Amino acid sequence: MSLLLESIRKSYREPGGRRLPVLGIERFEMKQGEQVALLGSSGGGKTTLLNIISGILTPDSGRVVVDGRDVAAMQEVVRDHFRAAKIGIVFQTFNLLPAFTALENVLLGMSFSGKGVDKTFAKQLLERVGLGHRLNHSPQQMSVGEQQRVAVARSLANKPVLLLADEPTANVDPANQQLILDLIRDTCRDHNVTLLMVTHSLEVAGTFKRVEKLQDFNRPELCLQEKAA
Amino acid sequence: MNLLTIAWKSIRQRRLASSLTALSIGLGVMLMVLVLVIFGAVDSAFNQTSVGYDLIVGPKGSDLQLVLSAVYRMQPPIENLPYLFLEQMQKDPRVVSAVPLAFGDVTKEGSFPIVGTTTQYFENEYMPRRKFRIRGSRINGLFDTIIGSEVARENGWDLGSQFTIVHGGADSGHVHDEKFTVVAVLAPTGTANDRTVFLPLDGFYAIAGHGKPVKEIEKRLRDFYAADPERLAAALKQLEGVKAEEAAGSHDHHNHAHATPDAMKEISAILIKTDPDKPYLGVSLMSDLQTGYQAMAANPVRTIQRLMNGLIGNIQKALVALTAIIILVSGVGIFVSIYNSMSDRRREIGIMRALGAQRMHVFGIILAESALLCIGGGLLGWLTGHGIAVVASPWIVTQTGLLINPWALNVWEAVLFPVLVGLAVLVGFLPAMTAYRTNVADALSS
Ligand SMILES: Nc1ncnc2c1ncn2[C@@H]1O[C@H](COP(=O)(O)OP(=O)(O)OP(=O)(O)O)[C@@H](O)[C@H]1O
Ligand SMILES: [Mg+2]
Repeated sequence: MSLLLESIRKSYREPGGRRLPVLGIERFEMKQGEQVALLGSSGGGKTTLLNIISGILTPDSGRVVVDGRDVAAMQEVVRDHFRAAKIGIVFQTFNLLPAFTALENVLLGMSFSGKGVDKTFAKQLLERVGLGHRLNHSPQQMSVGEQQRVAVARSLANKPVLLLADEPTANVDPANQQLILDLIRDTCRDHNVTLLMVTHSLEVAGTFKRVEKLQDFNRPELCLQEKAA
Repeated sequence: MNLLTIAWKSIRQRRLASSLTALSIGLGVMLMVLVLVIFGAVDSAFNQTSVGYDLIVGPKGSDLQLVLSAVYRMQPPIENLPYLFLEQMQKDPRVVSAVPLAFGDVTKEGSFPIVGTTTQYFENEYMPRRKFRIRGSRINGLFDTIIGSEVARENGWDLGSQFTIVHGGADSGHVHDEKFTVVAVLAPTGTANDRTVFLPLDGFYAIAGHGKPVKEIEKRLRDFYAADPERLAAALKQLEGVKAEEAAGSHDHHNHAHATPDAMKEISAILIKTDPDKPYLGVSLMSDLQTGYQAMAANPVRTIQRLMNGLIGNIQKALVALTAIIILVSGVGIFVSIYNSMSDRRREIGIMRALGAQRMHVFGIILAESALLCIGGGLLGWLTGHGIAVVASPWIVTQTGLLINPWALNVWEAVLFPVLVGLAVLVGFLPAMTAYRTNVADALSS
């Protein structure tokens, strides 16, 4: 088992002091190397869910088991370190740091795990995404699609067990869209990385063997019930 | 990549703001270094190792003025001493060496002070363990002179040059008729000697207008030796011949110098060396002079140190404080620059945290940025300051006679870098705290 969510509850505190229930997930799991497309309405809690899995956010309660360890129960520094070592993330836009070149952005992905940087591997990854000739270009010198390919390379820099992608192709032109999708899926398959990809596109989702709609297994009202109980 | 490298990249990203703020810190540090180097040179020019004599004896008055005029040739003499007093000093068992100085005139060209003295002056050390090096021949005539290196350089004089002098300071405008000749030139000493023209004491007396009417001399002697009737009587006896001569009306201004008795002569100051192993002798001599005669002895070292600690020390402190304020204000500049950039960098911090950076990592990156700017700018300014000192020191020596040691380190500089580190922490702390507290999920969704 690569990912297991159990009894997740997450609500946001709103300015008025009320609580906004967002996630109530009893059980969700993914096998090692499995690829899942996650669909859901806007504001449904997809990004919140990914943030909880990566440990950027903590759930109000519940277990988030990644690679056999409960991320939600970890201390923050341990969680940060775990994320650096085990989890890759690709955002929708503005993934790269403008002060760093393509290669440096990938190296940055290796900088916080304590494993040291592997320049050769970073170059290989950039070659893999077709940017071997643009190692020293800065993000501003690249198209959005190219930047997104660098982000994909960076997300794999630490050989993660789990890759989380939040609408990675939403802002990319159609030609790059397919390229990036294939890149993510192929490299994940090659390295046996579990992939959870949020998407709005049914077309994209259609290419996945397993497609999940968040609203099918998420019942935010569970947050309220437990509170009342 | 380590935190320092990451910090360096984001400094480079904001090149203009970064270099301007680092530059302003560097400027402050550079100014501070220059102030310290210059005052260090002033300090060493005026400190104890700069005077080869233990006591300066002169007429009663301000000891500071006495030292400034006798050692640094910066002031005209206040009053004079009887020449006879020199002989008395030379005979004193506590005195190892007593050298007379007579001054008050300046060269017409360049206004360099003219000092009448004896050859003893050039045989003694002018500074502890430093002896004059002289190029040229011995003094033969009354108007043969030895000139300092700066006098030679500025006036373009060399052996054989002839010149005239002005009486009582350059502005009085009374040019003497006598023609003086350069017979020797001193090697540079880094002291006031470089800017002085020396002539034999007898030559000094031979200059027209340096003699005083016998009546006045008598009055001065009576004042001076009021407490020592024995010496007074001896001195007055010497005057009788001159009085008779004057009464006979055979007053010849130009030739009477040769015949002048010692009692008619005056000197401006006496430089005294005492036995270095018996410092208490100098003290006892000082107190004797204080009570017995219209004279006093000043310890040049202590007098100058008083000046240094007072006026000059305070000026230095004020200037150092000023440069410190510049550095502080530059620190505020760095603070503003980094702090302003923080809102733009929320997203970047979020990304780094998503890549697994801990709060302490992003905190450290921001702190490293401010440290690089403060310390890097400071280091740059420090090197520039000393670099300027290196380049300018030959020029300063020729202009002011101050010997600059461009790499002389001041205690202030030793605390400078710890202070810069402190400043970096102070300035970087708040922005670093902002980075530390960044809500990653919010930053990523912005
Ligand atoms: N920090 C927050 N404080 C309060 N409410 C929040 C916060 N972050 C998100 N929300 C709310 O939680 C809900 C879920 O947000 P989330 O971003 O997870 O949705 P999403 O499924 O990713 O939406 P989209 O498809 O538009 O990206 C939304 O209603 C959102 O307004
Ligand atoms: Mg979202």
